[in-house]
Amino acid sequence: MKILTVENLSRAFGGIKANEDISFEAEKGKVLGVIGPNGAGKSTLFDLITGYTKPDNGKILFENKNIFGLKPDKISNLGIGRTFQKLKPFADQTLLENVMIGAFVKENNIKKARDNALEIIEFVDLIEKRHHFARELSTGQRKRLEMARAMAIKPKLLLMDEVTGGVDQKTIPGLVELIKKMRNLGVTIITIEHNINIIMEISDNILALDQGKKIAFGSPKEIQNNKKVIDAYLGTIDAA
Amino acid sequence: MNKLDIAKSEPLWNTNKNITLIISVLLFILIALPFFGLNSFYLHLFIMIFMHAVMAQSWNVIAGLSGQISLGHGAFFGIGAYASSFFFVQYGISPWISIFIGMFFSAIVAVLIGIPMLRLSGHYFAIATLLIGISFQVVFQRWELVGAASGLWVPLTQEDSWNSLQFHSSKAPYYYIFLFFLVVTFFAVWLLNRSKIGFRLRAVRDDAQAASSLCISVSNYKIIAFVISAMIMAPMGSLFGQYILIIDPDRMFNIEISIIVLLITVLGGIGNIWGPLIGAAILIPISEYSRIYLGGTGGAVDLIFYGLILMVICIFRPEGLISFVPKNILERKKQR
Repeated sequence: MKILTVENLSRAFGGIKANEDISFEAEKGKVLGVIGPNGAGKSTLFDLITGYTKPDNGKILFENKNIFGLKPDKISNLGIGRTFQKLKPFADQTLLENVMIGAFVKENNIKKARDNALEIIEFVDLIEKRHHFARELSTGQRKRLEMARAMAIKPKLLLMDEVTGGVDQKTIPGLVELIKKMRNLGVTIITIEHNINIIMEISDNILALDQGKKIAFGSPKEIQNNKKVIDAYLGTIDAA
Repeated sequence: MNKLDIAKSEPLWNTNKNITLIISVLLFILIALPFFGLNSFYLHLFIMIFMHAVMAQSWNVIAGLSGQISLGHGAFFGIGAYASSFFFVQYGISPWISIFIGMFFSAIVAVLIGIPMLRLSGHYFAIATLLIGISFQVVFQRWELVGAASGLWVPLTQEDSWNSLQFHSSKAPYYYIFLFFLVVTFFAVWLLNRSKIGFRLRAVRDDAQAASSLCISVSNYKIIAFVISAMIMAPMGSLFGQYILIIDPDRMFNIEISIIVLLITVLGGIGNIWGPLIGAAILIPISEYSRIYLGGTGGAVDLIFYGLILMVICIFRPEGLISFVPKNILERKKQR
């Protein structure tokens, strides 16, 4: 079953076509990986879907509802959560307060919102850090904070921008496990990832972008053997 | 018990017994003080401290809680003053009722200004509010209905009157009225800080983009903060009008009002509920005493003082004087 359908989505910044005619579908309950070299338009695609950047044209259907051009708060209200590549924790607030702000979406009672937030913090395995200010946490912990905060709005679809980017090798397996745990809860996940091994491991499907265009869509196996993807990553030999 | 259950069994707020005690004692002293024969100068001094603490708290809500630096907050003070006096002078409506009229008008103005202006961020919002603040003064200087440049003169009652909110024989009733508003305002802001709205406003302040990924309409919440802030400011204008009984544009829409609420809050500690009180308790006596010792001609000297204090604070204690209070007395200690 499709949860998200993107059709011919385009956005240009001045003369640069950041996203051009991108179409794909995300299956409910599955993990969709998005790959591509730097500047391929992955983060722009996320910003278009979540309303942070207004698309020029195209169609975005979430649960058969057109969300094209809606504001980010309206889109998140429909059940689309996200994390940011450049982390955006509420720095002067504690981890618990950060996650509570998310939990208030589904719960008005402060005590219940606090308890819901604590359960999610336990889920991301940071319960002992709950009273630490966000600015005191390590990068890996702040990634978990963002994941917890996004999970707190009880999203049906979660877009995660480079969960394993900028953290040390030791931290990566834990974060990958966490993505799998989230998927097992039934949340549909779209994740941008640079680490090819990880994306192959967690994705059910992969969307490959290059220079703003879709170059491939398919299972990890198909992507692995796709000539265009290999060229985009390694560079064609005969390219001028 | 596992870690999650332990966490859930913690109290929602780690209310500190110290601070409850300090507030109770302080409040008791302030209530008792006039009985010890404070002369009218000291009553005036305390009235000014109370008033400015509330005004600064108003600014603290918009700047400290929601992160919007307004430089035109004096406008709401003036609107409050004019609204209550106008309805009393023209229609004989008791100032007690017209205080609410002033709050209502301030809220309307806050929405009307807020909708276009809160789309501006950072410096641009600050500059725009500065100009709005000044333009209010210009408009009221020329508006015949409210007395133009000479302003409104509240008709004096023969005797002290609670109904007309005028007291000629002693300043003590004003002292208690302002103290009452101080307590109510601080309690309301304390509740606001702990509410869902408070959480969401802090989210908007810390990172607007992240906030909107959590279903928070940033522009709506900025307007909410602006309205709350305006409604705190307006009654102070109304009461100050009843205190001096002359309402003129030069005094009520003075640019200094917008500046001093900022100074007080930054001095005491921006974003902290006690910052405005501490700031007012220090800055207002400096201002009043400098006026006594330096006279009218020394009017600008207190501004030099303010400038110096502000510089020192910004360099050495950007969190304000509140940061000198030991952490274990402050509410927001960390449980580890």
